[in-house]
Amino acid sequence: MPASIVDADSVLAIDVGTVTTRAFFFDAVEGSYRFVAMGSAPSTYAPPINNSTEGVRNAIDDLQAITGRSFINENEVLITPSSEITGGVDALAATTSAVAPLKILTVGLLEDVSLESAKNLASTIYSRLVDSISMNDRRKLVTKVDDILRQQPDLVIVAGGTENGASKSVIKLLDPIGLANFLMPENQRPKVMFAGNKGVSAEVQEALSSFASVSIAPNLRPSLESEQLGPAEGELRRVFRQIYSSRDPGLQELDSWTSGRLLPNATGFGRMIRFISKNDRKKAVLGVDLGSSSTVIAAAHDGHLVQRIYSRFGIGNALESLTKVTSMKAIAGWLPFDSSEADVRDYVLYKMTYPHSIPMTDEDAAMELALARELVRIAIRDAQKHFPASIPELHAGVLPVFEPIVVSGSTLANNARAGQNLLALLDALEPAGVTVFLVDTNNMLPSLGAAAEVNPLMPVQVLETGGLRSLATVISPVGEARTGSSILRVRAKLPSGEERKIDIKQGALMTIPLDPGLKAELQLQPLQRYNVGLGGPGRGGTLKVVGGLLGIVIDARGRPLRHPGNASRRKERNQRWLAALKK
Amino acid sequence: MLAPITNILPQAVVERLRILPRAGHVRVRQGQNVRATDVIVTAEVNPSHIMLDVASALGVSRAKAADHIERYEGESVAGGDVVAQKKGLFSRVVRSPVDGKIVLMTDGYVFIEEKSTPFELLAGIPGEVKELVHEMGAVIETTGALIQGAWGNGRIGSGILNALSKSPGDVLLPEQVEGGPRDAVLMSGRCSDAEVFRRAAAQQIKGLILGSIQSELIPVVRKLPFPVLLTDGFGDLPMSTAAFRLMSTSHKREVAVNAEPFDPDTGSRPEVLIPLPTAPDVGPAPVIGRLEKGQRIRVTRSPRKGTLGIIDSIPPGRMMFPNGLRLQAVRIKLESGEIMLVPLANVEIVNVRS
Repeated sequence: MPASIVDADSVLAIDVGTVTTRAFFFDAVEGSYRFVAMGSAPSTYAPPINNSTEGVRNAIDDLQAITGRSFINENEVLITPSSEITGGVDALAATTSAVAPLKILTVGLLEDVSLESAKNLASTIYSRLVDSISMNDRRKLVTKVDDILRQQPDLVIVAGGTENGASKSVIKLLDPIGLANFLMPENQRPKVMFAGNKGVSAEVQEALSSFASVSIAPNLRPSLESEQLGPAEGELRRVFRQIYSSRDPGLQELDSWTSGRLLPNATGFGRMIRFISKNDRKKAVLGVDLGSSSTVIAAAHDGHLVQRIYSRFGIGNALESLTKVTSMKAIAGWLPFDSSEADVRDYVLYKMTYPHSIPMTDEDAAMELALARELVRIAIRDAQKHFPASIPELHAGVLPVFEPIVVSGSTLANNARAGQNLLALLDALEPAGVTVFLVDTNNMLPSLGAAAEVNPLMPVQVLETGGLRSLATVISPVGEARTGSSILRVRAKLPSGEERKIDIKQGALMTIPLDPGLKAELQLQPLQRYNVGLGGPGRGGTLKVVGGLLGIVIDARGRPLRHPGNASRRKERNQRWLAALKK
Repeated sequence: MLAPITNILPQAVVERLRILPRAGHVRVRQGQNVRATDVIVTAEVNPSHIMLDVASALGVSRAKAADHIERYEGESVAGGDVVAQKKGLFSRVVRSPVDGKIVLMTDGYVFIEEKSTPFELLAGIPGEVKELVHEMGAVIETTGALIQGAWGNGRIGSGILNALSKSPGDVLLPEQVEGGPRDAVLMSGRCSDAEVFRRAAAQQIKGLILGSIQSELIPVVRKLPFPVLLTDGFGDLPMSTAAFRLMSTSHKREVAVNAEPFDPDTGSRPEVLIPLPTAPDVGPAPVIGRLEKGQRIRVTRSPRKGTLGIIDSIPPGRMMFPNGLRLQAVRIKLESGEIMLVPLANVEIVNVRS
């Protein structure tokens, strides 16, 4: 038993989601931390209850029923520390995504520099950008003031001025903020967070403190060339907690239970993606979390994380945003059966009315995954612009090489068969090279990320002991060739001793069965200068791979995917692909 | 376990909080009886501002400008009123270009909030003002039949209910909306023809209650001046039998339609209210329910979408479904006597009394 486990602290992690509140229990079992059980209940932050506490309590009740262990005593107080007699738990962590996105106004000197950094910072929490003001803004002062009054931001992020750089122009930018705040009723004034030139912090405080609550964060742009979001993110999370705790007494209580460590769910998720990326510093990790009200894309390489949160862009009551950026025809194009645009629109509207409902027929699951494909495709295309340049690409415009790709959110992780889920992910992400798809079937990554603060060892061991389920190792060669021509030769040495030689043709999608946990050796020899990420076009090699629910999948459909214009042919093609991953 | 609830009640006490998100002027008094379309509270939602640079206009320093301003913060001004002036040989005058109110005077500048058309929040239901919420709105209470729906076009109205169909699945035809009284609120099963709405608007009806419409008609329906409320949603769904029965038996009664869309952030949802006196033992319509044995529920997803049943039991833990999912579930008894297992996430409580 490792020394650090001797005095093991059990952890209860609460995640208040838009639809579901979950209570996870982690404890040491046979010398290492494991995920023990999860209880869940509908969230209650929204009307008519308007308080997350009821949902939290119900989720803990469910967890108590499942584990037979008490976490709350007869006085409705959390039992802590734990003991064999009373039950309870040693530490608590909490995350939430059950929040309306913060309306954020960004202010910066230069559009492409500090203003861009302010926007990037805003995208690290659940937010909606309502306006931006820069030095080049041609609007009159009074127009800017009216716009602020109309938009009613919750938070103003001000960036600008490198260290020891501009100061007067930064202060000048604050005029509309000060005036608008003066004209607003006190209880509606946005908070202001200054993350610019440290040398003018005191002047910013002086200029605005009569009309706004001002907080100071580290400079987002200490120099023109470098952007540093990390140091300011902590302050932004503190402001986030402050604003949401004031709106929901349940979150306030949860924040106090965790000694002020309530995290945005996406932050916990991003933290785990960054953590996984430290396992093998040569490989980059991609995280995709498709939730009911938001989509999160997180890319990390060697501990450096880039995360984009797409608020109000999810598969529940936020589906309306999707209909504004894609067509019903595009969604219907992913279905393996005939469906009119009106059918898709009806489904979207119905799903918005019952966001927590779960598809129980193949048709509904296909419809839901068609929506998921479009959401993730749109999100990843935008997020890709911000990925670290250090992540290798096999071809311009193709998704960089990530291994593993970690997927969270019930729609893509739980609510359909493994083959349906994997096909949706391959269609949406179009990965390149060799990767492994891991799914967070219990939606516990954000909670693990939050728990890392109170017990850093626990997330490591929970992941090592099977916290994530492998869908498949996927090989996606990238290149140009006619459909049907040979592009890759695969020799697979399977654990049974069997050796298989497969000639992969352009356009193919196929599986080689390999159960989860079992290992196989693959020899890959690309043809026609195809690239599988083993050193360049046409270069092959031998690699050891681990199986998953679908074993090894070879996706030779080409990058980018090309779609027949004819609806009937597209439907037949979708059926063929689905049949190839039938599991 | 908590679950969403849809009320279809012949008698209920209904209480609704009607407030604006920002301060305004409350237009009703406690104890007052209001109609659904009466204004509860008004507010200047997005007033524009004018900034007068008095110092520059008068040619004086910013420090001296205040000496020439003849108005006070908070004072109303009309377009053309003098705001500031410099007397003497080279006199200059600064006038307000608009009707409004001076909201700020600083550093030689005067800010005027332009008078605008205020936003009006309507009562939504007829009833009595039970309580005032300081500067924000009021609580309205009433009694009667309550039918909660799935979607609305955002309008509020009231009139005399005219039940046009004989069964919940009847399709409303354009010719059916013509020739009736102008104060009518029409009720029918389904609609898939935009011509119905065009003729209804020409007829100046006061509202339309349907089971469902084709979703491509949404843009048309959103532009209508009267409320359109869907009890069940989009596609070819018939009106639920409980809602249809209740409204059919209320033919020719006064009815209020609040077609505000469902909004999880505010808890608002579209509803029909038929004002009626109720028995003294009738209680308030519940806003959330707990799943319990014997409760009436509606299945919200296929297979059996829309089916009504009674909860037979709530098995502990997770149950395995044919598609391989392990989920919290309820066992329900259908009207046919058949017992089936449904995911707990796929049911809503239907609070029906007849």
